[in-house]
Amino acid sequence: MPDGKIQKLIITEETAKIRPFAVAAVLRNIKFTKDRYDSFIELQEKLHQNICRKRALVAIGTHDLDTLSGPFTYTAKRPSDIKFKPLNKTKEYTACELMNIYKTDSHLKHYLHIIENKPLYPVIYDSNGVVLSMPPIINGDHSKITVNTRNIFIECTGTDFTKAKIVLDIIVTMFSEYCENQFTVEAAEVVFPNGKSHTFPELAYRKEMVRADLINKKVGIRETPENLAKLLTRMYLKSEVIGDGNQIEIEIPPTRADIIHACDIVEDAAIAYGYNNIQMTLPKTYTIANQFPLNKLTELLRHDMAAAGFTEALTFALCSQEDIADKLGVDISATKAVHISNPKTAEFQVARTTLLPGLLKTIAANRKMPLPLKLFEISDIVIKDSNTDVGAKNYRHLCAVYYNKNPGFEIIHGLLDRIMQLLDVPPGEDKGGYVIKASEGPAFFPGRCAEIFARGQSVGKLGVLHPDVITKFELTMPCSSLEINIGPFL
Amino acid sequence: MEWELSPMHLLRLRRHTQDDDTLSPFLQLDTFKMAVHTPVPVPASDGGLDSAELAAELGMEHQAVVGAVKSLQALGEVIEAELRSTKRWELTVEGEEIAREGSHEARVFRSIPPEGLAQSELMRLPSGKVGFSKAMSNKWIRVDKSAADGPRVFRVVDSMEDEVQRRLQLVRGGQAEKLGEKERSELRKRKLLAEVTLKTYWVSKGSAFSTSISKQETELSPEMISSGSWRDRPFKPYNFLAHGVLPDSGHLHPLLKVRSQFRQIFLEMGFTEMPTDNFIESSFWNFDALFQPQQHPARDQHDTFFLRDPAEALQLPMDYVQRVKRTHSQGGYGSQGYKYNWKLDEARKNLLRTHTTSASARALYRLAQKKPFTPVKYFSIDRVFRNETLDATHLAEFHQIEGVVADHGLTLGHLMGVLREFFTKLGITQLRFKPAYNPYTEPSMEVFSYHQGLKKWVEVGNSGVFRPEMLLPMGLPENVSVIAWGLSLERPTMIKYGINNIRELVGHKVNLQMVYDSPLCRLDAEPRPPPTQEAA
Repeated sequence: MPDGKIQKLIITEETAKIRPFAVAAVLRNIKFTKDRYDSFIELQEKLHQNICRKRALVAIGTHDLDTLSGPFTYTAKRPSDIKFKPLNKTKEYTACELMNIYKTDSHLKHYLHIIENKPLYPVIYDSNGVVLSMPPIINGDHSKITVNTRNIFIECTGTDFTKAKIVLDIIVTMFSEYCENQFTVEAAEVVFPNGKSHTFPELAYRKEMVRADLINKKVGIRETPENLAKLLTRMYLKSEVIGDGNQIEIEIPPTRADIIHACDIVEDAAIAYGYNNIQMTLPKTYTIANQFPLNKLTELLRHDMAAAGFTEALTFALCSQEDIADKLGVDISATKAVHISNPKTAEFQVARTTLLPGLLKTIAANRKMPLPLKLFEISDIVIKDSNTDVGAKNYRHLCAVYYNKNPGFEIIHGLLDRIMQLLDVPPGEDKGGYVIKASEGPAFFPGRCAEIFARGQSVGKLGVLHPDVITKFELTMPCSSLEINIGPFL
Repeated sequence: MEWELSPMHLLRLRRHTQDDDTLSPFLQLDTFKMAVHTPVPVPASDGGLDSAELAAELGMEHQAVVGAVKSLQALGEVIEAELRSTKRWELTVEGEEIAREGSHEARVFRSIPPEGLAQSELMRLPSGKVGFSKAMSNKWIRVDKSAADGPRVFRVVDSMEDEVQRRLQLVRGGQAEKLGEKERSELRKRKLLAEVTLKTYWVSKGSAFSTSISKQETELSPEMISSGSWRDRPFKPYNFLAHGVLPDSGHLHPLLKVRSQFRQIFLEMGFTEMPTDNFIESSFWNFDALFQPQQHPARDQHDTFFLRDPAEALQLPMDYVQRVKRTHSQGGYGSQGYKYNWKLDEARKNLLRTHTTSASARALYRLAQKKPFTPVKYFSIDRVFRNETLDATHLAEFHQIEGVVADHGLTLGHLMGVLREFFTKLGITQLRFKPAYNPYTEPSMEVFSYHQGLKKWVEVGNSGVFRPEMLLPMGLPENVSVIAWGLSLERPTMIKYGINNIRELVGHKVNLQMVYDSPLCRLDAEPRPPPTQEAA
């Protein structure tokens, strides 16, 4: 503090709706070299990418303090009212113009969305009205730092106060080493809209007490409290044994924002001890194993499906709307499918509501294989269901297709008979039995479709596929298929 | 069906059956009997004979003799036949004609009477054009262009030697070697001679030589068994080098074969299978319940598939939600918390689960509601979804394998001990553990194993102890620890089956031939060397 006064950053209430938090600090008489300067820039970029969540939570601005004069004001203004010369540009632009210019900037375009459609943009001025930065997009050119900059004003604005403080702490702790007065940082005062003021950086050291036997118990080692304290100190967690000789007091420095619980200290002790030095032991936990009944039935069935001459396919649970609707002659609204909001490609628009498209696509990708192709899959499909907590439900389906020069309905029908035999469901309309009844379905050739009823409920359909379906899946041969829900057979 | 005969008889016999090569000569009984009664020269010594010479001797086509040799070979060791190839000069069709009737020029010479012949008339003779120019260059004839009725040809000499015919006759008589290289090549240029390669067999007695041969039976028949005739019949030997006929069968998918083995391993270790039949999950169970903060990068649109419909979870266990909210935003249970504004709306957002740990969280929450606490071992293997950029080893959906043990006083050493047993069952015995960061485990460790094929340490799984901030809000007792580990099903399967591109394994672009051909999954058996090593 050359003049004995600390720098002041005043936050106005307009920031509340867009980016309410700001913290600041000063690094005095820093001595950059090319490497140190590059490292300083890189650190900010790294922080922006991870803890700052691509500047959404926190944005960092670093300025040559000697070009500015405090106090500083952090406020929010209409974009058309903000005008300044941004970093590395030769003339002034309004914020509106800048947002347009940066739409094509490969680096900055990713951050525009953070403030884009807001009525007010955040901006920081010095006492002469010089724009320091328009966070989280760009700094002003006026206060830009160079390798020769000696005094740096650091401001962090954001939507997450905790993260803003952490980021400021990290920057000043990592670069105060290069100040003339090593490992010192000059505080800045931040005045909040409610009139209260705080000084930053907080650089809060915290003391944690952890019992030595807790560490030993969690890791599975038997070290003395003194040894554990030594191990932790080696991890830059200054620790000492206190009290009854079993308590370890650990100092958490401001650089270790990741330590929020004793378990984080336990991990550091384990790492210092060396994971590979820990004695492996088996827990005495006695348990009886059980299979999930639906998976148990699935496992049994798939072996017998293969024994019946059908080959198992494994297709994607996600697909395009076209696969489950248009290609099967069904309207998408009739499928009760679950829709994905952010698919990168059409292949991931919906969760499948039937296994059939996946099997037909498998055949299409294997048309060079000798006929007949006999495929099956037992896996889950998803249907919207407002009776579940998330509003959707999985059903375990069994689907089989027969693809040959002839439709082979009798083969698919025979497979159904075999499946029912395996599930111990007798033929017949009685409650416990199964029967197929003539039906219609847009995916099937007229008159060649039947609905399957078993144990008193409809469980699926079988039939010869409609030529339109065959064509839409880029196939050329007749094909018959069967798809049932196996849930009712548990 | 037995007859006394020498191989020569058989060779002879073949001639009568050559019209139909598919018929075995031995079935043509009438022809056969006729043949065996025909006297046939037998080689003087046991040394053997040449198939071409024999053909000449018998006055039959060489091909017929070759056919008979092959038939005898098929009988086993009756004869030995060694393939030889010899080069020989043969007359072309034109060469044959010249050897018989004289060269074109000789024929032209002969056709000219002493009083001469009109050139136009001479040219109309069959040998006219070629013979005229040759006879001219031989200076046997001359042309008188001053004759009244057009050019006329006269003999110049009284007689000539037809050298071409003489040379061709030499070749026909098998004495081509008496001609000089130059003479032969001249004849070849005139397309009168051709050099042919003759493949002949040198036939000698085999180890099972017999003058009495009979047809070998190909297969045992019910009649042979009932009549007992198999006792007296020779059987054609099998070619054991040939491939068998693969059985007509269905096949299980390799990835799911591996899944079965992993299930088996967990069951052998006493782990109970968790229900995972809910691909759709709320952000709450997928992230918040695991103490994964709402700003965590994994919750980004770029990494997770969120749902448009149904966009939000309808019900959440609100008591528990409040405890989770408090832990995130304020801390508690000995934690500082993340100190941010936790939003219920964010927790309600539906998504395609990004890990099966959401199902583990549900299972642990259910467990916590049951009092008193009973220790459990849980596992699951099911699909998870990531909104990732796809490449040869990454798909938008894959299978996650997860193991969980909850008990009083579990240690990191216990986790490592369980992992050792688990991986030993996979045939992986050399393990190393490395510190790692997972949002919901602390301590966390990555598991590495030494891969014999790749000759390096490769990551085989991720593990850790669930954070108290995850377990305590659920209502689990404070001294209960939960250790867990996870790995993908695809990676060990790709290594096991030597598959480089995940699309060949999972999804509709699967190579069905690979599915048909894939061996049993025996995880503890010696792994197949990776393809990169094979190529090297």
